[in-house]
Amino acid sequence: MCFGYLRRAALAGLLCLAATGAGARELLIGYLALADDARYDARQLEHRYQGQPGGRPLAGAEVALDEADFGAQAQGLALRLVAVEADAADGLAAALDALRAQGAHFVLVDLPAAPLAALAAATRGRDVTLINVSAAADALRGAQCQAHLLHTLPSEAMAADALAQYLVSRKWRRVLALVGPTPADRARMDAFAAAAKRFGLKLAAERPFRLSNDPRERELGNIALLSAGEDYDAVYVADSDGEFARDAQYRTVLPRPVVGSAGLVAEAWHWAWERNGAPQLESRFRRHAQRPMTGTDWAAWVAVKAVVEAALRAPADAAAMDAWLRGPDAVIDGFKGARLSFRPWDGQLRQPVFLAHGNGVAAAAPIDGFLHPVNALDTLGPDRPESACRP
Amino acid sequence: MPTRLFAVLAVLSALAAAPALAKDTGYVFISSEKDHAVTVLDGRTFDVVKVIRTGKRPRDMKFDAGHRRLFVACGDAGRVDVIDVARLEVVERVPVGEDPEMFDLSPDGRTLYVSNEEDAALGVIDLASGRRVREVKVGAEPEGVLAASDGRTVYVSSEVAGMVHAVDVASGKVVGNVVVGQRPRRFAATPDGRELWVTNELGGSVSVIDTASFKVLATVKFEPKGFRADDVTPVGITMTRDGRTAWVALGRANHVAAVDVASRAVQDYVLVGKRAWGVALDRAEARLFVANGLSDDVSVVDTAARRALKALRAGRVPHTVVIDD
Repeated sequence: MCFGYLRRAALAGLLCLAATGAGARELLIGYLALADDARYDARQLEHRYQGQPGGRPLAGAEVALDEADFGAQAQGLALRLVAVEADAADGLAAALDALRAQGAHFVLVDLPAAPLAALAAATRGRDVTLINVSAAADALRGAQCQAHLLHTLPSEAMAADALAQYLVSRKWRRVLALVGPTPADRARMDAFAAAAKRFGLKLAAERPFRLSNDPRERELGNIALLSAGEDYDAVYVADSDGEFARDAQYRTVLPRPVVGSAGLVAEAWHWAWERNGAPQLESRFRRHAQRPMTGTDWAAWVAVKAVVEAALRAPADAAAMDAWLRGPDAVIDGFKGARLSFRPWDGQLRQPVFLAHGNGVAAAAPIDGFLHPVNALDTLGPDRPESACRP
Repeated sequence: MPTRLFAVLAVLSALAAAPALAKDTGYVFISSEKDHAVTVLDGRTFDVVKVIRTGKRPRDMKFDAGHRRLFVACGDAGRVDVIDVARLEVVERVPVGEDPEMFDLSPDGRTLYVSNEEDAALGVIDLASGRRVREVKVGAEPEGVLAASDGRTVYVSSEVAGMVHAVDVASGKVVGNVVVGQRPRRFAATPDGRELWVTNELGGSVSVIDTASFKVLATVKFEPKGFRADDVTPVGITMTRDGRTAWVALGRANHVAAVDVASRAVQDYVLVGKRAWGVALDRAEARLFVANGLSDDVSVVDTAARRALKALRAGRVPHTVVIDD
């Protein structure tokens, strides 16, 4: 048997022997999303807040499938992508079962952190590998991690480490932090505080903000008041929504850059990166989706790339592909220059992270000079000894 | 540009080019992706002889057999500009399809084979008519192109598929595929045509392909001192005419490697500039020119002493170097 989890019915055995026969094997990749996902509300997308999705990341997966098709066919592998949307979070398990019934072992999951954590916990031990393409929450890679859950989007910790490295490299060490009211804002702030400690930044102050024009709470809503009374080199804003962070720019008391959720933002992808073949990928994506590629699009794109690469390099069966993906031989081309691979301790794709602003990329982390005994990419996010993942 | 100024420049360049009417000018030609120009240097003094404006984003360059014409692929212009080597002027513009990067000429000089990154195709251009006579679909982001010396096969690498395709010239069909390392880039062939060497930028290696069986015979790895495997990103490659030594540019590892072709053993590493890509040997094979894309210069390497002699300023993002000697 050459490809355990999906074969074209009766002819499978024969065709598996003829390794170059077209259509000999089929690789079906699933894509699971929520129909009603607030992150992709048309109104929210219109704002184009930095670091937020530009649209459904499915477009990235489609581009990856398209570009891999010729090479896969030459190797006798037929690719198929099946996308399913559940109406609500309680329908996700059934939708996943439907994908598995069709033969999908690898399923990209495009879900907010909470339903993803629930789905991953509920499918523990099943014959499926979930690849998280749009939830950055650190808990998914830590306390909530699962053996069958991989992540291609950088975590909040990776983004925070990338930003902290950059600030240190500029010697902008004193940072005023403004943190929003939601749990996601808090989690982002915690990640940055940890990164600040890790790389030696000093938090001048940490102040809560709220989107409000109410004069009774103006010390929470007024950026001038929020940025007064301290000296700092940069203003870090932890704002998972994006509106407050956008408006903080150019309104601080001191003329200092805003970083974090607006201004200089750590992202998996930015359309302006012009090295490593990135412009070619960007233009393929734009032709397909009629918009610039964002970090979540890239995460879905690279997830499909990784699965196809595994099918070509470790074709025996799904278990072999899983082992290859998490193993030391995996090399995935993310068009960011470095060799990408999954961290065995938490299933996170190690990768460079861009420090991007409106129309350019200021730097790609890891920043030169931040060293690691094995792989400099592991200076971003929890390294093996620090990982809280015990699947 | 005003006509008068253009005329003056033309006269000046004609004067400057006067001695170049003789062959073997010794000139060094460097394409710079962000200057939209090819810079011509004197081969002895390395003084700038002329800066030739070309179509946007010039990349790969090749001479015709007699070194009378120099072909320059202009990526963002979708064409190949033809420079008259005696006059140092662009004398012809051949449309070749979107985003040409690397190309090769057929042994008879009549056909140009070009990789069109955006179209995932190998374009076949008849140079006499300037027409695109055929298009062969290959894996996404084709890069390196090598026309075999027997004139029957053209090899193309696909960066995305991680494969080398063999295209039969007569039928225009892909007749062979071989999986090599990740992100295969450029080729060199042994003089007997039996071995095809391809650099794998992300694989950090060179795959040696047997052209008869179309199988990978060996993989050459590189370990320059002070760099990790992840820094080794080989792109440019060339071979001495006797087929004994291959020179491989190691990209981010800022070195070129000299490889003994027979034993496939790395003999030496030579430190050059940042992100070394394009490599070219002069006719005597005494000097190797290395285009360093991130330090905007070209290193000149003494091939016998195996060390860099000097670095030449080379415009923004130098891509390819060729020498007319």
